[in-house]
Parts: sequence; structure tokens; C-alpha cells
Amino acid sequence: MTELVPRPTVAALRARIAHLEGAETYAREVLPFGVDMLDRRMPQGGLAVGCLHEIAGGGAGAVDGAAAASFAAGIAARLPGPVLWCVTQADLFAPGLEQAGLSPDRVIYVEAGDDTAVLACMEEGLRHGGLGAVVADVARLSMTASRRLHLAAKASGTTGIALRRWRRQADASDFGQPTAAMTRWRVSVLPSAPLPVPGVGRPRWLIELIRARAGESFDLELEGCDGTGHLGLPADVADRPAAAAGRQHALG
Amino acid sequence: MWPIDRLQRQADSTPSAEAPLILAGRVGNRRVVTAACEAAIGLGLRVGMPVSKAQALVPDLRIEAADARADLEALERLGLWLLQRIAPIVAVDPPDGVVIDVTGADHLHGGEEALLEMLLGRLTPSGITARLAIADTWGAAHALARYHRESTVCMALPGSTATVLAPLPLAALRLPHSTGAGLRDLGFATIGDLMDTPRAPLTLRFGPELRRRLDQALGEVAEPIDPLRPAGLIEVRRSFAEPIAAAETIARYIGKLVTDLCTALEARGEGARRLDLLCWRVDNRIETVRVRLAVAQRDPKRLTRLLCDKIPSIDPGFGIEIMTLTATLAEPLVARQASSLLEQAPPDISDLVDMLANRVGHRSVYRLSPVTSDVPERSVARIAALSPDQGLGWPGHWPRPSRLLPRPEPIDTMALLPDHPPNWISWRGIRHRVRRADGPERIFGEWWKRDAEARAVRDYFRIEDEAGQRFWIFRAGDGEDATTGSHRWFIHGVFG
Repeated sequence: MTELVPRPTVAALRARIAHLEGAETYAREVLPFGVDMLDRRMPQGGLAVGCLHEIAGGGAGAVDGAAAASFAAGIAARLPGPVLWCVTQADLFAPGLEQAGLSPDRVIYVEAGDDTAVLACMEEGLRHGGLGAVVADVARLSMTASRRLHLAAKASGTTGIALRRWRRQADASDFGQPTAAMTRWRVSVLPSAPLPVPGVGRPRWLIELIRARAGESFDLELEGCDGTGHLGLPADVADRPAAAAGRQHALG
Repeated sequence: MWPIDRLQRQADSTPSAEAPLILAGRVGNRRVVTAACEAAIGLGLRVGMPVSKAQALVPDLRIEAADARADLEALERLGLWLLQRIAPIVAVDPPDGVVIDVTGADHLHGGEEALLEMLLGRLTPSGITARLAIADTWGAAHALARYHRESTVCMALPGSTATVLAPLPLAALRLPHSTGAGLRDLGFATIGDLMDTPRAPLTLRFGPELRRRLDQALGEVAEPIDPLRPAGLIEVRRSFAEPIAAAETIARYIGKLVTDLCTALEARGEGARRLDLLCWRVDNRIETVRVRLAVAQRDPKRLTRLLCDKIPSIDPGFGIEIMTLTATLAEPLVARQASSLLEQAPPDISDLVDMLANRVGHRSVYRLSPVTSDVPERSVARIAALSPDQGLGWPGHWPRPSRLLPRPEPIDTMALLPDHPPNWISWRGIRHRVRRADGPERIFGEWWKRDAEARAVRDYFRIEDEAGQRFWIFRAGDGEDATTGSHRWFIHGVFG
């Protein structure tokens, strides 16, 4: 946590290194999450636009992918332009996605038969360039496939989100395999904050950045997407110094 | 039934529909009944009976003059409609049939069964008494559609042609009238009898036509379908001195055909909505590729790309000698002025939608739009991917899950009646203890849809277990009155 204040010299040097490396790890544009604690710990202060990202659910979420879908919908909602969502089974509930900020007018769904067809549709969408984001529910994502997708995303500037979702819990170990994605996230559900009255509060997630190119991994407890696709900072964390909160979660 | 259907469709709002209707035509010097409606057949009138006899049997009979030419023209119009919507190869099978080659086109409609169902659903409301059959050969489909007794829709499994044809009467074979009568005199009743008999004596007596028809029905002799090409259809064609087979060569000629077609379309100010590429192989089979477009297009680059994407589905066999490209459905396309410098035009994604729709089927690319219904599974409707923005949303005062199960799954629970959430639920063998819950949100059945829903009630709860998993569950019934539902519990969705 040395880098609390962005330093222009360091940023310029990084850009230069990236240029020498062939603009592989350096994104031209980033999408901040709007949560200071999260953005500060991401390389370049947000999610790289025009790259491939991976999101999976933790625990039972690896099979139902509900929290991961809301998280992805929140990101797609904040990117401008239409969204292509490729699925193998049509179980997304559009009213739920709308509550994560993604308006139904913006999403085009593609129902493809199998994983290969989904990946082909995703690549087609990423290559096109007219879309804001392409989301795909996939189980298997090989290094080759992810590399193709990442290059397609880079060429057109469209953000690709591979929503990893497996048929069985046991298959989720596949998430350990390396891919070419820029970041890899895991979103697990947590009990919501107690309310003064009976009822369920705003959803709360444990958001883990498992892998990030040119960045460090971390985990953070946040509240689910609101109607504009923004994550929220839990009230009990917001009142604490950030360093203390970070240390606590790093331990837990 | 076709002549009767045609007349009744023309005379819209027929007040005298109850009166039995027959059509009268001339055979030689006699006036005979050429077609009779259901009511007339019920009264004992038959096709081929003298008109005077029919009049004597049924006093208040409506008689119209038969018009074979108008029937054929109407049949061609129906064929054109099918050509534009169903498959690239359609031909009329006079006097009352249409034959469609659905090879390679059925998957666009969700399989053969769905195709037949969709056709029946479109034809019946427009007043056409349709009988449909799918079989390996034209002859077999012709026979099954007309003489299959059990149902109006019939599907013969691949390879079962001989079995399904055997019990059908001889008239199903499209034989000349004299041959049919002669065979009946000899004691033949069904096609099966004919198949068991040595061919040589039959051919000697009735000529080669009988054998040809039988072989055509069984698929031993090819029977090409000459596709219907109405006047005014834009078609370009290339013949090759040497048959072509390589994918690159096919792609190159597709490019040339598309350029020609786009020139022809531009001359008429039209854009294509459906493109049919027909490849005649040297062994007299036709390979077809159909491409649908969401909006009218005549950009050669786009059309070439869409067609070239389909090359792997073309089986060139020993080579292709003729390729034709047809704009089966064309719509006026006027050039639009680009928007002003100030506003940024929304990105054009119609080419992407076309690309994906032709790859996975046009029903599988869609947008979702709100429907005013409280029942969750009915609150979402699929609309075309490029339809204009609705600007609508769902009411947002209750949280909704991000994943909805395809159908509600029964769960085991323990709950206090009438309006408490469960203490625990057990779903897919895993028990979840409920820590927090919201509800009930009561949803009433839509009595205007089905009678069974007149009193139906669902009480939805949002629950959270100790691990933080949030589920959307409901109880069928209001918890008090047994007529409102079974009072069993179901899980319907998973929240993020």
C-alpha cells in the first residue's frame, strides 16, 4: 500500500514499458467502479476497457452464476453501447438484470447450442466493434480461446466478460487453469446486513480479484449493484479507515 | 379441399357458409361434382358424382363453377408465400398440393416437428384445410399427406418409406386413372401388394409409368423438384464449364454472384431480406443455402460474408455445375442521409445480428421486452433483436432474481401457515436454514388466460440462508383455501 497517491512519473514510465512490451498489459481506457477502496487497488484505477475479463461465482454460485451475472450486468450497464449476452441455456431473468442497471433495450441475447458456439458468437461480437460489452456464459475456456477473445477485444475496444459457469460444482476446479484474461474475479454471496425490521437487506458480496495482469490480487466485501450498476460500500466498512479495513479482509 | 378453401377465402365473411357447397365442372359431356365441402360430404355427396344427382339429394345446395386455372394461380401464390418463408425449393404439385424440400432448412424453424406445427398454425387460421407430411421422397410425402388416415400431420422416419407406404391405397401413387382402374380389376388394393409383385409382368401390361412412380416413391429413382420461380424474382446465375468443388472457388463465385445481384437490386431500388443460393451438383442434386437478413440490404461485402460463412454446409459431392443466387424476398431500400455532424449516430449492429442469426437460427437472437403480467414467467417476451427501443421497464419496487429457473422446482420446507416464510428449505438435496426473509408478495392467477387460474394464488418470498444465498421461493395457494393451490412450495429463482 505504498501507492496511495497516483504518481505521474510512475504512470508515464509504466506506459513506456507497456509500449515496449507491445501494449499488452496497458489499457488505454479504464472503467472505474466508483468505489474508492476498490479502484485504488486496481492497476490503473479501474477495469480495463477493451479487454477480456473473467468472472465466476463462488460456492454454489459456480453453478447458478446469479451473483456473477449481476456483477457482470453492473459492469456492462456502465459501459456505453449495446450489450451482447451469449448463453447456452436461457435462464437469465431480465427484470433482475434491469435492477442491476442493465436496461432491456440495450441487451441482445444469443442462445447458442454449446460452449464452442457461444465462444464463436462472443468472438464475432467482440470483433464487430459497435457493441459496448459482450458477456458470455461459458464453462470451459482454454488458453487459445481466451487469447483469441482478448485480441479481438483489444482490436475493437469492446470489453469482453467471460462469465464462467459450470454444470457441476466439481467442474469449478477448472477455474484454476490459466487464461489470457486481463483480470479474474470471483463473486460470492455473503449474508446481508441486518435490518432493524424483519427482511432481507441489500445483497452483499465478497469480491475477490484472484488474478490481475500487472496488479495485485485482493478481496473486498461490498454491497451488490444498485439500479445504475454501481457497487456500494457497506456502512460498517465505510466508517473505518481504509487501511484497517484492508488489513482485516486480507486476514479473513 | 383446395378449390373450396380458395372460394371461401375469397368470399370473405360468408353468410351462407352453412349451406353445403359443391363445385361443378365438365368431364366430357357430363356436369360432375369436382369438389365438395365438409358439410356436403357429410350429406353423402361425392367428388365425381353427376351434379343433377347431387341436386336431387340435397335441395338447398350451393353450386359454383370450378375454375381450375384460378385454383392453380392461387396455389402458386401460396407456393410463393412458402418460398419466402420456409425453404428455398418449393414447387406446386397440382391440382391441390405444394411440395417443399426442407433439407437443410428445417433447423431454421427449430426442427421438422416444429416446422410442421408452425405451418399448420399459420395455414389453419387463414382458412386452408392443410394436411402435411414429411418423408424421404416427394412421392412418399405426396401419398402420406393425402391418404394417411390417422392425423393431418404425419412424419415418416428416415428409411421407413417402404413400411409407411405399404398400407396406403394405390391412388396414392400418382398413377394415370386407367392404370389405377386396371390394377383394381386385377385385385391390387394397396401399394404393399404392388411392391410384393414381380415388376416385369406389370410393366408389360401397364407400361413403364407404373414402375417409375413406384420407384420414385421408394426413392430408387431421383425425382428432382423444379423450384418455383415467379416472374419478377431477381435471380443471377453462373454455369461452369468444369464442375467446381473447392471452398475457395465457391467463395470466389459467391462474390461474383453477389455483385451481380446487388447491381440488379440497385436498379430496382430494392434490398434483399432473404437470399437463396442454389448449387446444382453434377449428380442432379441441389445444395441450398438460405440467408435471412433483419433489414433490407444490398451491400455486396456484407452479403458475401454472410453467404461465405455458410460454405461449410455445402456438400459439393462430385462438383457443382450451376450456381444461382436469388433474392427471394426483396423490400424497397432507399438511401438515407447520414445524420448531422453534431449528434453521434448509434452504432449499426444489423450486420452482426444477421451474422449471428444465420449461424444459430433467427429465433435464438432476440431482445427481451416487458409484458404487463405479474406472473414472472409471463412478464418477459422475446422481440426481434433490431426492433425499436421500447423505453419500458419492469416495476422495480420488489427485488427480482438474476437467474430464473426454467420451471419452478418443488422443495421441501417447514413453514407456518398462512403467511410465514419457511424455517428451512431443502433444494436438490441440500438443506438451507432460513435466516432472513421478505414477503409474502401475492400474485393472482390470470383468469383471462385459463379457467384453471381463476382462483390460483402464489405467495412469493425472498429468503436468505445462513451462508448468504438468496432464493426466490413461492407457495402455490394462499395458505388457507385449498382451492387456490396445492400449498406445495417451489423455488423459482436465485438472487445475486
